[in-house]
Amino acid sequence: MSAVAEVAARAAGPTEVLIHSIAGLLAGSRHVAVGASSPIPGAAALYTRAVSEGATRVSVLGSRRHNAFTNGGVELFDLAAQGRIDAFFLGGGQIDGAANINLVGVGSYPQMEVRWPGSFGSAYLYYLVPRVILFREEHTRRVFVPKVDFVSAPGPRDDGIYRPGGPHALITSLCLFDFDRARKRFVLRSVHPGHTVEEVRDNTGFDFDCPAQVPATPAPDAAALALIRGQVREEIGETYPKFAAQLAAV
Amino acid sequence: MSVVGVAELAAMVPDGAKLVIAKDESGVAMAAALALIRRGVKNLHLVTVPVSGLETDMLIGAGCVATLETSAITLGEFGLAPCFSRAVKSGSIKLKDATCPAIYAGLQAAQKGLPFMPLRGILETDVLANRPDWKVIDNPFESGDRIVVLPAIVPDVALFHVPLADRHGNVFIGRQRELMLLAHAARSTIVTAEHITDDNLLEDEARSGSVIPALYVNAVAHAPRGAWPLGFGDAYPADAAWMSRYITEARTPAGFARMLEAALQGPGARLAA
Repeated sequence: MSAVAEVAARAAGPTEVLIHSIAGLLAGSRHVAVGASSPIPGAAALYTRAVSEGATRVSVLGSRRHNAFTNGGVELFDLAAQGRIDAFFLGGGQIDGAANINLVGVGSYPQMEVRWPGSFGSAYLYYLVPRVILFREEHTRRVFVPKVDFVSAPGPRDDGIYRPGGPHALITSLCLFDFDRARKRFVLRSVHPGHTVEEVRDNTGFDFDCPAQVPATPAPDAAALALIRGQVREEIGETYPKFAAQLAAV
Repeated sequence: MSVVGVAELAAMVPDGAKLVIAKDESGVAMAAALALIRRGVKNLHLVTVPVSGLETDMLIGAGCVATLETSAITLGEFGLAPCFSRAVKSGSIKLKDATCPAIYAGLQAAQKGLPFMPLRGILETDVLANRPDWKVIDNPFESGDRIVVLPAIVPDVALFHVPLADRHGNVFIGRQRELMLLAHAARSTIVTAEHITDDNLLEDEARSGSVIPALYVNAVAHAPRGAWPLGFGDAYPADAAWMSRYITEARTPAGFARMLEAALQGPGARLAA
């Protein structure tokens, strides 16, 4: 067996499908930034960099090796406002069908029933980064709600606000949605291997557009798996050692 | 300026102070925070730049915080911050939820001696809706362009941990440039350092650009392993076993008290005493 075939002998796990799919969404980016607590997006960005032959720059917050910023935390936000960050990731404890996201909590603010960390840079970056990829592994009606309890960052609206940025796609443990900014709706693009459109529908609390035929999300091939299990795992392990250890154990 | 002890340093934060602290990657003065808790500091208005974790959670758990201005509180890979969550639910602290660049912008206004700073984004969010101290204006150079303006954040004290300081009070921060912003914005700056050198850091041209000059620094304390249980750059990683135990134990006030006691016996104990 060749070295690549040997490393890739195990079939792609769900995390590897996610990394590979997110990397597909980043293709062509000049500069991808990755925020806090984002191991899978970080791995995807490092994958994109590895296959871009130097065309894609990656800045992983919290990393010392994969982050060239020398002006402190404010540098990311300054770059974003200048249009010098092409892609960024945001999560959400709740996300609704208009792509509003909530990183603050469940219930009425401020004494919420469940409190999450807080809005981070979302209230700003969602407006300014052209390709914001929403990433949330848990695909349940608890997360994908009809309407968020707190708007950390609003989806696109016709309000005349300066907004060169916004949501580009939403990826979960079940599927990949595109976001149609003109119609302000999610459109199901593909369902991950082993899952169905019905499962997506049953676990999504908002309406979305669904074509008659929904393809399966492509799984990474042997070369892609070898890259994820080798260089990418090693690079992301600097910032997320626990994650890298889990990735190795998949 | 002379090098002081950690307890003496902590004594320079009065009750009710607006205290500005750094995020985990920038350098957290945990030994000094533990000394503040030991002293029983009260009614802090804590500002995190722009986020925080264990330091804020322990200050809240120990009852030191009245107001919290932050973009997020999390223990990262270890999980949600237990004392913070409990305090939010009970309403025991006043929350000023922000977004990361807004905290930087408020400090930049203070650094420039300006009353406010404009910033993109933020409009139509519930962050803005819950910040009556933030305003929306029309861009004076282009009508119809609404823009948020944020008041200056002028901290009484900035507190953080650095790799190296000299005996003049010059402080080396490497590439953690936002610490420079903290020092420029705050009325006073107090620092703990892993190492103290007899050299004058400003005389070395190769690194003087990464030095906060003594002009901004009121006191320095020598605190080896001063970020424990958090990690500090390449010097040492976070104490994962301690952090994992904290996440579980601190879910109850009694468990938190046990972890606080353990922390006060930890590597920083001698320093914080």
